Formats: sequence, structure tokens, C-alpha cells
Amino acid sequence: MGEITTFEQFLVRVLKIVFWLLIILPMIILPIFYLVYVLPVEFQCGFNLLTCAVKPNWTLAIDMFNPAEMNPFVSSSFISQLGLGANSMLFKSAAFPGLTFASVLASFVIWGERKILAKMQYRVGPKYAGRLEGWLQSFADLFKLLFKEIVIPAKADLLMFIAPPFAMMALSGALLATIPIGSSTYISNSSYSLLIAIALLSFFPIVTLIAGWASNNKFSFIGAIRALYQMISYEIPLILSVLGVVILTHSLSLSVIASYQTKIWYIAPMFIGAVVFFITATAEVERIPFDIPEADSELVAGWLTEYTSMLFGVINLAVYIKLYALSAIFTLLFLGGWLGPAGVPDFVWFLIKTIIVLVIFIIPRGFFPRIRIDQLIDTGWLWLIGLAFVNVFIAFILNSTGIL
Amino acid sequence: MSLPVGASGLSTQQVEDKLVVSIGPQHPGAGHFRFTITVDGDTIVDVLPDPGYVHRGAEKQTEYRNYIQSIPLLERSSLTDVTNIIGPFSLAAEELMGIQAPPRAQYLRMIMSENQRIISHLYWLGIQGIFLGHSTMFMWPLGDRDIFIDLGQMIGGARITYSYWIPGGVRNDMPEVFKERALKVFDYFEKRLQDYERIFFANPLFLKRAQGVGILKRQEAIALGAVGPVLRASDVKSDTRIDEPYCFYKDIDFEVPSFKDCDTYARCMVHLVEMRQSMRIIRQCLDKIPEGPVKVKLSPQQRTLPGESYARVEAARGAMAFHIISDGSTKPYRVKISVPSFRNLIVLKKLLIGSHVADMPAIYWSLDYWPVEADR
Repeated sequence: MGEITTFEQFLVRVLKIVFWLLIILPMIILPIFYLVYVLPVEFQCGFNLLTCAVKPNWTLAIDMFNPAEMNPFVSSSFISQLGLGANSMLFKSAAFPGLTFASVLASFVIWGERKILAKMQYRVGPKYAGRLEGWLQSFADLFKLLFKEIVIPAKADLLMFIAPPFAMMALSGALLATIPIGSSTYISNSSYSLLIAIALLSFFPIVTLIAGWASNNKFSFIGAIRALYQMISYEIPLILSVLGVVILTHSLSLSVIASYQTKIWYIAPMFIGAVVFFITATAEVERIPFDIPEADSELVAGWLTEYTSMLFGVINLAVYIKLYALSAIFTLLFLGGWLGPAGVPDFVWFLIKTIIVLVIFIIPRGFFPRIRIDQLIDTGWLWLIGLAFVNVFIAFILNSTGIL
Repeated sequence: MSLPVGASGLSTQQVEDKLVVSIGPQHPGAGHFRFTITVDGDTIVDVLPDPGYVHRGAEKQTEYRNYIQSIPLLERSSLTDVTNIIGPFSLAAEELMGIQAPPRAQYLRMIMSENQRIISHLYWLGIQGIFLGHSTMFMWPLGDRDIFIDLGQMIGGARITYSYWIPGGVRNDMPEVFKERALKVFDYFEKRLQDYERIFFANPLFLKRAQGVGILKRQEAIALGAVGPVLRASDVKSDTRIDEPYCFYKDIDFEVPSFKDCDTYARCMVHLVEMRQSMRIIRQCLDKIPEGPVKVKLSPQQRTLPGESYARVEAARGAMAFHIISDGSTKPYRVKISVPSFRNLIVLKKLLIGSHVADMPAIYWSLDYWPVEADR
């Protein structure tokens, strides 16, 4: 940040810190507020904390052209539920199944990733922040990033440069809205949630391209172009791999798909689809072996090169929230979602499965080098699309013979 | 990809859309070195290597120092390979002084030299791993390298710059416990090399990235004057330790690897085999080492005979040679260093043109180019 010599500089620094605290603190204050003030009142009214939502609504035959059901954000219930209770839309989207919950989970995923990789590589990993195995390291990094200066390149397009981090955060948050984490714990229960999730996932490379272009840096630009190339190679197999499950359930609703898996989890009949979905999801979140757009040894940091301070932090957080969302979608599609033995709340089962999937997402980083962009396109178009079609074929047979 | 529409409507003139990207000296994939690549799509069409960022005039500085004072200075040029860079200087100086090191010193030089080769190759392997995006292959070799640095410390006293190979012998004798410790380390490291092979050298994605990438054919390698592992990977069995044996290498039984693939994969495998062979050499040296003094007593102001001398050893990156001209005083009149890194640099331009941008770090580091050594 540099030395403070004038009052003006002091004012600027204070305003910057206040600005970021205003963005970060709601994530911390809101749940505390609810825990201390709102929930006890609701307990007194006979409210059940563990099923903190309206009764499950399994109305499957919803008119497709009903905009209120297509888009969770313009539904009429959004306005009616804008109260302050744990049942309100605000609490659900900002706190528990929504952004705060996912952010805290993502920060622990970052910590867990570092610890797991460290164990694989005979290192210690984060150790000192927090007494127990450095569990506060992500939060220490957050505060470090908060106090860093935001450097914007002189020839960057200012608006287009600052917009992508927030656009990515908004997209990740919107992605969370489509994910039901329990039979009655969800933000929106649209019958097209899977379709909405895939549509939102397609937005990310566009944001990446804007970020790379606006940075006015050659490395950023090459990284952004690579992100687009990567998208055309994984997007189609990703959609096709999901199609098998949709054929079996006749539904595009993630909650319906999850609730159909009482007899058998779809990972058994749809194993090929699960593998294709896993590989393409790894490419979607730009993780090794598919971290081609931000390949650090050839492109410095790819399209992230010019991002500093909290702009970088927000992008990083958004990417990890996206990783959580994809793991959650994998759990819902193939691992039976929240289904499990009774006795504990259903979203606990969901979280256990999701965390296992997250760990499986993390582990390849210790095993594999990065592959080349032309090899990824070859893999995507030659192998993954073919495998996805095989999967669709299997689903057709299972469905038409009435086995599933 | 060209834009036929110009500012004044349609035109047939092609618009230049090649991108010139500067790699280094502050790029994570370059080190103290810069090269400019011209990119057309995903293909590199031109390369302009620009060495010299860490030129310190080591050759000129030796003209103002006694022979013994030059040792710590020359070491700094190649911190991963300190024993081998001062080896030929000491050999050439001994020839001018008309002395020869005692046999025990010669064996100690071989032990230290091979230990240094393993240290250098492990450093190389770590960087090659992270350049391909394999973070485990970055952490493991750099961790295991510390054990060999500990071995060097037992003999040389320091961790990196032990100025061990001096004119007239070596600086000090090895401790009694060294043999036991070294054999234990080698047993451990041979198991680790199998782990390396499983996780990296036999990794299908590594094979995909390395095989058929950066092919340097046998004739081209000879014509361009490549040395060391780069030359051996191009199917030429060339090694100074065999061709012009110094110390007691002619009494030692070891193999020189060479591969017919001539690609990045072959260059990686040469390093792997060489680490095994280095351990084999040290094992034999520890069995054969005789008792006796380890250095000839020399004056700090040792005078030499007037004349010229030339000495060459096989360093970790290839043939390292010194040419010294002396006028009979206590200081050399002129010193010329021939370093393997600089001789392999010309190969970089040959290999990069026509390759993918993503293959650039893999090819670049497979040549084991060490900018500080090349700039002297």
C-alpha cells in the first residue's frame, strides 16, 4: 500500500478497508445474527431447526413455460419470503444452504487440499495459523489479501477488469441456488434446476475471456483463449454425460433425480457417465491435469496474471465454490444425493458424500502433470463424447426394457 | 487467421497477427535468462535467446587472483554443480604447476563429483516436474536432494559451496562414518528412484507430454555441438569420463546411457539412469579408496611454469573445460571456460521452432540450461 504521507491517502486506505469489510462481514455477521436472535425465537414458536424450510413440494407436472418456476430469482415466493426468519429466501440464499455456508466450506476445502497434498509429498503443509494443523490458514490468507493493494494495470479496461471477479462470484452464488442439499433444505426447488446449472456453468468461460482481454496482457490473453478452447472440448461431453440420468428419471430437477435413487445409486448403471462427468468437471474448474488456462510455468498465471489483492481472492473463492457446486451436482446425480440411513438429518448424508467427492477431485493434483490443449481437445472430442453416447445408449436400453 | 477487412474497406493485404511474447527474466519459467518467442496460434515460429543477465566476468576476474583464490569465485557460477566446475580448473593448474594429487585425493574427488552430479540431477528433476505441472515431482526430488547435500556436508563442511577440489588435492579427508552413512543413503534412494519411476517416468500423462516432443536427431546433435545428457539422449555414447579418463575413472565399471528416441523423454531418462550410475561409481570408489595423504602442500603464492594447459571433466550438464595460459607468475595470464550450458543453448532455438507453446517449458528445461553457468 505504500507509505501514508497525506490525509487523503489515509482516507483512501480507510475507505478501501471499509469497502472490503462491508463485503466480507455480512458473510460472518449474518449467520451469527440468525443464530443469536432469530432462531431462538423460532424455536419458541415450535420451529424445527433441522428441517428449516417449507414442506417438500414434489409437484412434478409444472408448466414448462411458467417463468416463476423456470427462474428461481423472479419467483413470486421470493418476495413473499423476504422476511428475516430461517425460512426466508434471504437467509437461505445468503446463509445456510447458500453463499456463507459454501464460502466457509470452500475455505476449508482449500485448507484440506493443502494438507492432503502436503501429506502426499512428505511435507507438513499449513501449521501455525490455528493450533490444530493450521486450520485457520485460509482465513489468515483472506486477511492478508484484504490488506494488500489493488494494482490495476495502466492500460487495462477499468470496468471490464473489475467486473469479472464479481461476475464470477455472482455466477457461483447463482449456481448454489440450484442445488438442493436435503429433501427440504434448498434455496429454490425448480423443476429445471439441472438445466439452469448447466447454463450457468457455460457463462464462466465468457467471464474468463473478458478478464483476459481487459487485462491487456499477453499471458492473460493466451490464457483466456485457452479457456475458450477448453470449453469447446469439455462442454458437450459434460452435457451428454448428464443426459443418461435424465433419460432414466424423465426429469431435469436435481431433487427429483436424487429422490429417484432409493433402489440403486445411478453410479452403478451410469458408471461411464459418472466418469465422463468427473473428468469434464475437473476441466470445468481448471484443476490439474486440466489447469491449461492458468499454466504457471508457461503463462505466469494465465488469465489471472494481473489480478491482485481481493480481486484475486474473490476469483479464487468463486472457483472453489464452483468446485463445491460441481461435487454437489455429482452427488445428486450419481450418489443418491441426501439418501441414506435415517436417524440423522438428510443433509448430513449429502455433505458426507460431497466431501468425499471433493477429496477425489483434489487428489489427482498430486499424481498428474498438466496435459496440452490439443491433447485435451483430442480427448474431449474423440473419447469423452463417444463414451457419453455409449452411456446414453445404455440409459435408453435400461429405460425401454423397464429395468430402471 | 487473418483479417481481410482493413480500415478502408476490403483489401487483399494480410494483417500480421503473430504475437511476440517475452519469456523472462522475471517469468517463472525462465530463471535469469530471457528469450523472446513469436507465436502464431499455438505454434512457436521464432525464438530469440538473449543470455547475459548474470554475466559476472569470471574469466577476467581470475586474472587478478591467485589460483587458490579463484576456487571460491568460480564455484559461484554453478551452484548446483560446484565440484565439477572447479575440477578442470584445478586439473589444468596442477598441470602447469607440475604436480599430481595423491591417489586418495583422486578417489575423494570422484566421490564428491558423483555426489554433486546426483544433487544437480535431482534439482533438475524437481524443476522438470513443476514445469510439466507435476507438483509431487517438484517436492520429492528437492526433499531427497537434501540427503545428498548432507553427504556432501560430511566431507566438505559446507552445504553448497565447499570449494573441495583444489589444486594439489582436496581440501580435507572424509570422516570414518561416511561410508556407512553413504551406503544407507544409497539403499534408501534406490527405492525412491523406483517411486519416481512409478509416479512420474511411467505416468501416462508424462509420456504423452514428453514422448515425440523436441526431437533432436543424432546428426543434428553432433553438428550443433551438443554435450552431456542432451547428446547422450540423441543416441551418441559420449562421456568425458570414458573418452578422456581423468582421476581413476578408467578403473571404475559403469555404463553410459544413450537412447534412440532423441526426444524430451529420452533426455529425462538419461538423467534418471545417470543418478543410478553415479551411486554405482561411489560404491566402487568407497571400496577401492586407498589410505594416504589427501593433498600436496602448496604455497599460497604458488608459481607455475609458463605455458598452456587444458583440462576437461564430465560435469552434470556435460563436458566442462578450462584452458589456462600462464606467464609463470602467481596468477593466470588468461582463462577460458567452456561451459556445457552455453554449448547446449543453440539447441534450444532448433527445438523450439515449430513446437507448441505448452511444450516450451518442457523442452527448455530438458536441456538443463543453467543461465548462471552459461553467462559465467
